[in-house]
Amino acid sequence: MNGLATYTLFKKEVKRWRKVWLQTVLAPVVTALLYLAVFGHVLEGRVEIFPGISYAAFLIPGLLMMSVIQNAFANTSSSLIQSKVMGSIIFVLLPPFSALEMFLAFIGAAVMRGLAVGVGVFLIALFYVKVPIDNFLVVLGFALLGSYVMGALGLIAGMWAEKFDQIAAFQSFLIVPLTFLSGVFYSINSLPPFWAYLSKFNPFFYMIDGFRYGFFGQSDQPVLFSFVVMLAAALLLTLVCVRMLAVGYKLRDA
Amino acid sequence: MVDAIKVENVSKRYGDLQALNGVSFNIKQGEFFGLLGPNGAGKSTLISALAGLLKTDSGCLSVMGHDVVNEYRSARRSLGVVPQEIIMDPFFTVRETLEFQSGYYGVKNNASWIDELLEHLGLADKADKNMRQLSGGMKRRVLIAQALVHKPQVLVLDEPTAGVDVELRQSMWRFVRRLHREGHTIVLTTHYLEEAEELCDRIAIIDKGEVIALESKQDLLARGLGSKLLIRAKHDINDVPAPYKAALVRHEGVEIELTLNRDADSVMSILDGLRAAGIEIEYVSVLNDSLEDVFVRMTGSEPPVQLGSGEAGGES
Repeated sequence: MNGLATYTLFKKEVKRWRKVWLQTVLAPVVTALLYLAVFGHVLEGRVEIFPGISYAAFLIPGLLMMSVIQNAFANTSSSLIQSKVMGSIIFVLLPPFSALEMFLAFIGAAVMRGLAVGVGVFLIALFYVKVPIDNFLVVLGFALLGSYVMGALGLIAGMWAEKFDQIAAFQSFLIVPLTFLSGVFYSINSLPPFWAYLSKFNPFFYMIDGFRYGFFGQSDQPVLFSFVVMLAAALLLTLVCVRMLAVGYKLRDA
Repeated sequence: MVDAIKVENVSKRYGDLQALNGVSFNIKQGEFFGLLGPNGAGKSTLISALAGLLKTDSGCLSVMGHDVVNEYRSARRSLGVVPQEIIMDPFFTVRETLEFQSGYYGVKNNASWIDELLEHLGLADKADKNMRQLSGGMKRRVLIAQALVHKPQVLVLDEPTAGVDVELRQSMWRFVRRLHREGHTIVLTTHYLEEAEELCDRIAIIDKGEVIALESKQDLLARGLGSKLLIRAKHDINDVPAPYKAALVRHEGVEIELTLNRDADSVMSILDGLRAAGIEIEYVSVLNDSLEDVFVRMTGSEPPVQLGSGEAGGES
């Protein structure tokens, strides 16, 4: 393991999104706050999902996690597709990186961006409504796992895609629907039984549900189960990504 | 001493196209080696395979004795590649680009070498400029600096002077010559055959995925292929004597140019023959074959790019 090489690639990937922070951090924070303002205002007082917790407060962890995972996905996928289209991927392919080193560097940067957006959403949401934190370690653990899993999914999408619109399709037809149907805006217990049952096959549901547990100490599914599902997803995606990087899937000409 | 580059029976096929077909050759340490061939001959495929950017169907490649697949870390540390296309990462400055590239190779505390590269490549005043702000020629220099930032023993330059102005080309070659003098092995692919003729010690010509010539530059130029004989007479030459009509290349007023087969023809006997036919000779010159003549004859291709109109002479 070449620590300096891995750290340098990680640093470069972090610097990449930091240089365009208006687009990569501030814009998603503003989007999340717009959701909060509109849905929080419209539904406030009409829906009570967890006893004693306002709808706006209920909404914040979901919105926060949605922002975290969407941005973690966007970071790896956009970095890879940009460098593939522009040819600058060669600067990463020529040096002696192992597949694991590349994976850790890309995922690390995606996690950092996810967390940066998450912290931004949380800090600004505090001005809107007070949100309790029941267990900070659970909050942090799910934020890390969620952004890790989505960073890995973004890496796969970035390797697979050959054009920008393929990444957009991946985002529009897979990531956004699965996020919206994961219980960001509602509890799956409020859904008709069939849809509630179906939601349990949505891996994003476990990210949101476990993350929300960290704030309120309440969730639709046992938090340990959500944690195990996330951990399994992280392990599986790690294996897939490292394998794809090792064979140079759509990166190195076969 | 281990070879700088070893290519053993390398083949690569893309669908119906046999890009490389059993290519084998070695490049010794310290050589300035030219890899020439027409477009689509397989040069870039070979370089990509060497750099680990593609997998071959069969055969082995090694850099400084390290197999590019099984010992890819050592092989890639020994190799610097300047790609053909002008590529850049638009997010970063020149210095950041070089610092990152240095870190990718695990090189610590490399600031002084980076400064030296910036200085030698005329980039010192551009160090803190964003890559997007640089001209094409400057971006090309950064690519060279990136290839050298980890001090590789072997430097591969894939068409480094394509679209580069004369001044930059000359300063670039000065720098590359210096690297060669310092012991680096240089592998050059170029469309400018005059550059290869001027710089390279040994040359491989690849055509249709196969090595069709692999010789020292001198041997390649002296392959028994003809030179030309230029004769200028005192008065207009109205009729070229019959024995020389078959060898006539050009006839303009007082000048004629004849193909000369070095093994079969004698310059003296040709001159005697012309004098006997009443031609008063004022000036004679032997025009040696250029690498371009050899290349065209061997590959049957159109001549590659000339360095510039008016520079193509060879008269001595």
